[in-house]
Amino acid sequence: MVDLTSNLAGIKSPNPFWLASAPPTNSAYQVMKAFDLGWGGAVWKTIGEPIVNVSSRYSSVNYKNFRMMGLNNIELITDRPLEENLHELREVKRYYPDRALIASLMVESTREAWHTVVKQVEDCGVDGLELNFGCPHGMSERGMGAAVGQVPEYTCQIVEWVKQVARTPVIVKLTPNISNITYPAMAAQGAGCDAISLINTINSITGIDLDTFEPRPKVRGKSSHGGYCGPAVKPIALNLLATLTTNPKFNRPVSGIGGIENWQDAVEFLLLGATNVQVCTAVMHYGFRIIDELTAGLTAWMEQKGFRTLDDFRGKSVPRIVDWGDLDLNYKIIAKIDPKKCIGCQLCYIACEDGAHQSIALNPDPNVRVPVVLNDVCVGCNLCSLVCPVDGCITMTEVDNKKPQTSWRQWQAKLAASKGAAVAAPAHGSHNAP
Amino acid sequence: MPIRNVAHRLTPDQIQKNMADIAPAMSVEDATAEASRCLFCFDAPCTRACPTHINVPEFIKRLATRNIVGAARTILDANILGASCARACPTEVLCEGACVYNLEKAPPIQIGRLQRYATDPIVMTGKQVLPLAPDNGKRVSVVGAGPGGLAASAELRRLGYKVTCYDAQDKPGGLNTFGIAPYKMTNEEALLEAEYIRKMGVEFVLKARVGTDVPLSQLEAQSDAIVLAVGLGGTSKLGLSGEELDGVCGATEFIEEVRRDPTRVVLGRRIIVVGAGNTSIDAATEAKRLGAETVTIVYRRSEKEKGCYDYEYNLAKKDGVVFHWLVNPVRVVGVAGAVSALECIRMRLGPPDASGRPAPEPIAGSEFALPCDMLIKSTGQEKRVGFFKAISGVDVKGGRVVVNEGYRTGNPKYFAVGDCVNGGKEVVNAAAEAKKAAAAIHRALFGPAAIPVPQPGPRLAKPAVHPPMPF
Repeated sequence: MVDLTSNLAGIKSPNPFWLASAPPTNSAYQVMKAFDLGWGGAVWKTIGEPIVNVSSRYSSVNYKNFRMMGLNNIELITDRPLEENLHELREVKRYYPDRALIASLMVESTREAWHTVVKQVEDCGVDGLELNFGCPHGMSERGMGAAVGQVPEYTCQIVEWVKQVARTPVIVKLTPNISNITYPAMAAQGAGCDAISLINTINSITGIDLDTFEPRPKVRGKSSHGGYCGPAVKPIALNLLATLTTNPKFNRPVSGIGGIENWQDAVEFLLLGATNVQVCTAVMHYGFRIIDELTAGLTAWMEQKGFRTLDDFRGKSVPRIVDWGDLDLNYKIIAKIDPKKCIGCQLCYIACEDGAHQSIALNPDPNVRVPVVLNDVCVGCNLCSLVCPVDGCITMTEVDNKKPQTSWRQWQAKLAASKGAAVAAPAHGSHNAP
Repeated sequence: MPIRNVAHRLTPDQIQKNMADIAPAMSVEDATAEASRCLFCFDAPCTRACPTHINVPEFIKRLATRNIVGAARTILDANILGASCARACPTEVLCEGACVYNLEKAPPIQIGRLQRYATDPIVMTGKQVLPLAPDNGKRVSVVGAGPGGLAASAELRRLGYKVTCYDAQDKPGGLNTFGIAPYKMTNEEALLEAEYIRKMGVEFVLKARVGTDVPLSQLEAQSDAIVLAVGLGGTSKLGLSGEELDGVCGATEFIEEVRRDPTRVVLGRRIIVVGAGNTSIDAATEAKRLGAETVTIVYRRSEKEKGCYDYEYNLAKKDGVVFHWLVNPVRVVGVAGAVSALECIRMRLGPPDASGRPAPEPIAGSEFALPCDMLIKSTGQEKRVGFFKAISGVDVKGGRVVVNEGYRTGNPKYFAVGDCVNGGKEVVNAAAEAKKAAAAIHRALFGPAAIPVPQPGPRLAKPAVHPPMPF
């Protein structure tokens, strides 16, 4: 029997799927509905000083037949009165005691403001706090959100203030709009945070109306950079997650966020060490009902793999992320085309010929459309197998070149030993920074 | 034409409904989604399969990015009749049949419908998207304003010729206007396409039969080259007694009547169509859709040897047309001068004949009569042999004008394209031939370099093989 319960720094939830702090968690009406459908937790739409939003707030990027591959927003934190939010937090917790209810917070950078708001939401019975140091638009212009997350000293300072009064676990939500996520993460850890959540949205301009020259989303003919999320950002989120989870000095649990739309996405975050995941865009696209697919898919996969709890597989892929300098330079694969599956589109040919390494030729028989891999020159780059529209038609197969595993670092060491001319491996590994 | 039992005439509304577009125009969402599905194959099989080699992936990619004018330009540059081919082409045996998705057991890209989506907003509105070369001082006469003549006229006009196109009919378009089932292409659409070509600067002279109304000598005197695109003649005779009875007609003549005004066609209740080619199917389905109670096709060979495409066959079956295979007509029977039955004999397949197909042989004593009120003959069209005899040097073999690879006849001034050359093929074949003939005329009049062929620039050698590891 699979057990989906999750525990992030002491915050328990019946499954690892939380709603991220965003429009879907704007009200008790929404969160209660989501909990009825099975969501494990919800991070409330960020609470702070009342704001006024603009009209026209979202814009998106479509890719071919897929709408909203990426979503951008210029909406700010909650625009509802603090008292209303507090009342609703209390009611939600009263009716759904078994779900994780997290208050997302963003106030001006003073000790008093943070102390006050922490006490106010904790009095409502929330299970934890998420400090929004990530919002990249609007609030950052007022010295909040990403303006805090981009300066490790500020991050450290505010986490310290919060920890002075917080009775529940403190999660720090980080911005990806920074050259090295390790710095704010280590600052938050150093100040005593209990967990990290990442990523918040990425600075973006999604596009421009080619008839009117207005960028989107349009606010009386103008626009502003917004926060990008949705399936398009998942690879970036996974990399930032791995940057932390592969760092031996980092030791906080992580709530993974960024483009999670289905259970496979969630599993990937967990395999790279996330403790749970938060979802927003997929709900904004399809509604809360997707939770069924998320839990059912995760359960089925765990059953198939023989995993009973999330801890059984959490972080399993972390050791497989290494520096490029530690990859085996003697590993050799080449492409192999299955002529029975090939439909003759010849995309592999033109992709390799023009876009890669000229290692695929057209069939010498003009009546046969199955291209031919030039085994001697194929560098094993994968491109042909990526463009091939048929599953399993092009496989990358290992060639045993009888050479020992040797990485660039080992090679440099050998060079140094043999010739006496040391070639130092530059310490550029991103996760080794602080 | 007195018919013994006249079928109940449908209301104009019902006729309009029955003749409605079988492949309706796509919405922008549908077209963009379908275009986005295209894999953009290299050296695409669809393009190879098209006789005019339209760069299908290119026009589809343009549609996917909503560049409709660009898509139309790609299509019309290769095939000026792109709008009618989008409707009339047997795409399942050409571009769509070649689509690689078929090999993945997935539906092929709907190339025909996308082509219509791309070309309609241009061709049907007269928006000119192809550049015309400046007047080159030469003059070409084109005989026939059917698909081959229209395409030849347009292609020559694009090369800078002054083109006059003659046709005996009162309207241009030939079989596009008078010979295609209305649910594939309407009169309006066929005429708008011809109008598009008129707007390119082609002069049409209608109701003018070349050889009689307009003497060939006049054409020869006024033209630097002449293109014959006269198509085929009327429906061939069956050579049976009783063929002259009332209620017996030819398929092309019947279809022309439907095309001119479907609400005025007088139909028999029970109709027999002799022949199983694509024209037979058109006649049979049109008769059924106009209210005939039964439409029966008789064909002397078996289902396997039928001349029509599977798509057409299925269309007829869906319309309730009944097929009698291995049945040959022997005599048309009439009562009071009007057809009342077709006497037939059953056939069996024997050893292969000249066409390579098993020859049908009559089964002695198997005669039977199929009662009918109308008989539509559809075993092919007559050739215009007499017309060609009047032109010195133009050879005709097996009813087809003999041409070289540039569609030039034995008389150097005359070129010929379309059904009169190929014996009766698709609109797209006529368009392809017309394009080749226009190029050949241009090279003949202005030298072999008149149509430049792009040459590749210099290339350095490919990089050396990826260096192996030194250990």
